[in-house]
Amino acid sequence: MAADPVLHPVIRLAGVTRVYSAGSNAVRALDGIDLVVERGEMVAIMGASGSGKSTLMNILGCLDTPTSGHYELDGKAVNGLTRNELASLRSEKIGFVFQGFNLLARTSALENVELPLLYDRSGRFAGRESPAPEALRRVGLGARMHHVPSELSGGQQQRVAIARAIVTNPSLILADEPTGNLDSHTSIEIMALFQELNAQGITIVLVTHEPDIAEHAHRIVEMRDGHILRDAPIAEPRDARRELASLGAAA
Amino acid sequence: MRKRALFGIATRSILRNKLRTLLTMLGIVIGVAAVIVMVALGQGAQSMIEKQIKGLGTNMLMIMAGSTSQGGVSQGAATFNRLTIPDAEKLARESTLLSAVSPVIFSRGQMIGGIGNWRTMIMGVSANYQTIRDWPVQSGSFFTEADLRSVRRVVVLGSTVANALFPGEDPVGQQLQVRNVPFTIIGVLAPKGQTAGGNDQDDVVIIPYTTAQAHLAGHSRIGQIIASTWSPGDIPAAEQEIRSIMRESHKIAPGDDDDFTIRNQDDIAAAASGTTRVMSMLLAAIASISLVVGGIGIMNIMLVSVTERTREIGIRMAIGARGSDVLAQFLVESIVISVAGGLIGIVLGYLAGATLARATGWAVAMPPEAAVIAVLFSAAVGVFFGFYPARKAAALDPIEALRHE
Repeated sequence: MAADPVLHPVIRLAGVTRVYSAGSNAVRALDGIDLVVERGEMVAIMGASGSGKSTLMNILGCLDTPTSGHYELDGKAVNGLTRNELASLRSEKIGFVFQGFNLLARTSALENVELPLLYDRSGRFAGRESPAPEALRRVGLGARMHHVPSELSGGQQQRVAIARAIVTNPSLILADEPTGNLDSHTSIEIMALFQELNAQGITIVLVTHEPDIAEHAHRIVEMRDGHILRDAPIAEPRDARRELASLGAAA
Repeated sequence: MRKRALFGIATRSILRNKLRTLLTMLGIVIGVAAVIVMVALGQGAQSMIEKQIKGLGTNMLMIMAGSTSQGGVSQGAATFNRLTIPDAEKLARESTLLSAVSPVIFSRGQMIGGIGNWRTMIMGVSANYQTIRDWPVQSGSFFTEADLRSVRRVVVLGSTVANALFPGEDPVGQQLQVRNVPFTIIGVLAPKGQTAGGNDQDDVVIIPYTTAQAHLAGHSRIGQIIASTWSPGDIPAAEQEIRSIMRESHKIAPGDDDDFTIRNQDDIAAAASGTTRVMSMLLAAIASISLVVGGIGIMNIMLVSVTERTREIGIRMAIGARGSDVLAQFLVESIVISVAGGLIGIVLGYLAGATLARATGWAVAMPPEAAVIAVLFSAAVGVFFGFYPARKAAALDPIEALRHE
């Protein structure tokens, strides 16, 4: 498992298709996707609804498997894995951040963040101090560990979700419209957090339909009708921290 | 996944819906309590019967006319043969293992004396009947061998008869007309209580069998012969001895069936407790139906819970939970509910049993192993009825589950 990280990218998709068969007519949600995401990248996937970005997200997140084509996550082939093997892969290598936060209600922030550790089968965390409080401190919620989601603002809830995503030290963070439920100021705060984590070396793939959110990434992949329309680096990504500073100055 | 965490998740989600959990548990609570009470009542009745049968006498054997069944074939009434006084005398004379033998002549009749009259059973027996039945007198004395030989008209009263005809006084020395024949009362027996069948053993008068033959029945046919051995260990050998003496007395050819039946106390006890065992098993079976109903209640609520928490299941799966983790979570939840219900049911059942015993005076025996069985059984109910909803949760597609509103 301990393959040399320099040798292979975090994500390598080659000719990936995903066909949904609804009755007699088949829908090609993904049609020959080639995509490579290197370690330490921050990539935004953009596209209108129906462009296939959600399907791509599900496949990248090992929630779904391609109909054909090849997917390699952190050097490990995902094709043909069983449900349990996919679950193990998610547990080990992926951290999810969702649009609707998806925290467990009436469960404290700390317990929410500890949840992935419960399902870890690698034994990485056995007998060690729980990494959950440190993860919450990293997202700036060290003082609110014992609050339940209903006692937290939207931005704070999303920070808990991000702490939950990074607690197992995954190879990849997948964020599906992470700012979709947040106001613009809080959105920039969350993007600042992502940029900070990315600067610490975490690979991030985020799906969004808002261009100014996507521009915080190093690279934008634009999708349409199951194809990659455009895959281009951003010469000068927006710096969320500076934006916050200027907003503060304006106010 | 750590086991402690599993229980933590289960108890937390159970406590989240306190009222619902309580109502779900109620089925199991009532089921387990009902089973406990029924088992307690059954066991109580059985131990009471065993005690009563021990009270029949010590090391007692009964010889009755007629063969109940031989080689699986019932012999019926056609082969009915008589037991006679010479049979009893031959047994007393020839047997080495029997300490006492008494014929018993049964008859019924009207008693007149004391404050009125009373219809009761008359038994004609020998002097050592008292020893065989282990039946002391509360006043006066039992009749003797001399009374028997002299065919004296003496009578010993059962306590029920004594209380009916001579309330509040000692009848010893007074006269009693037994079927219009005057007798002298020489003793009153101590109360022996009811038989397993509910008959009052004290509703009886006892006279020498010689007197019974001479003055009442007028013939030598007797209902049964009872005997006792020197020690309990002698009973099987004594049965063999009685059989050979009786076959000789009745001139039964080798190979022919007995025309009499020998029963010992264990046979009688087995027959009586067999009936109550069937009854109490029947009651427990009916009570356990409510456990099944309770289990269905759990299944119902677990199914609702799985639907309600589809999104939670999706989240857990997205962050790495396997189907088996989700299955375990819901299974543990239903087991915790059913076992907690079982424990409450045990407490309730024991309380109800104790209250019932005090209120009605019924014999109630609380076997501790019933509690263990009840807990195991309710856990089994939890597994059985929790499995389907848990498997349904485990089989959810994470993408669909995450999309669930």
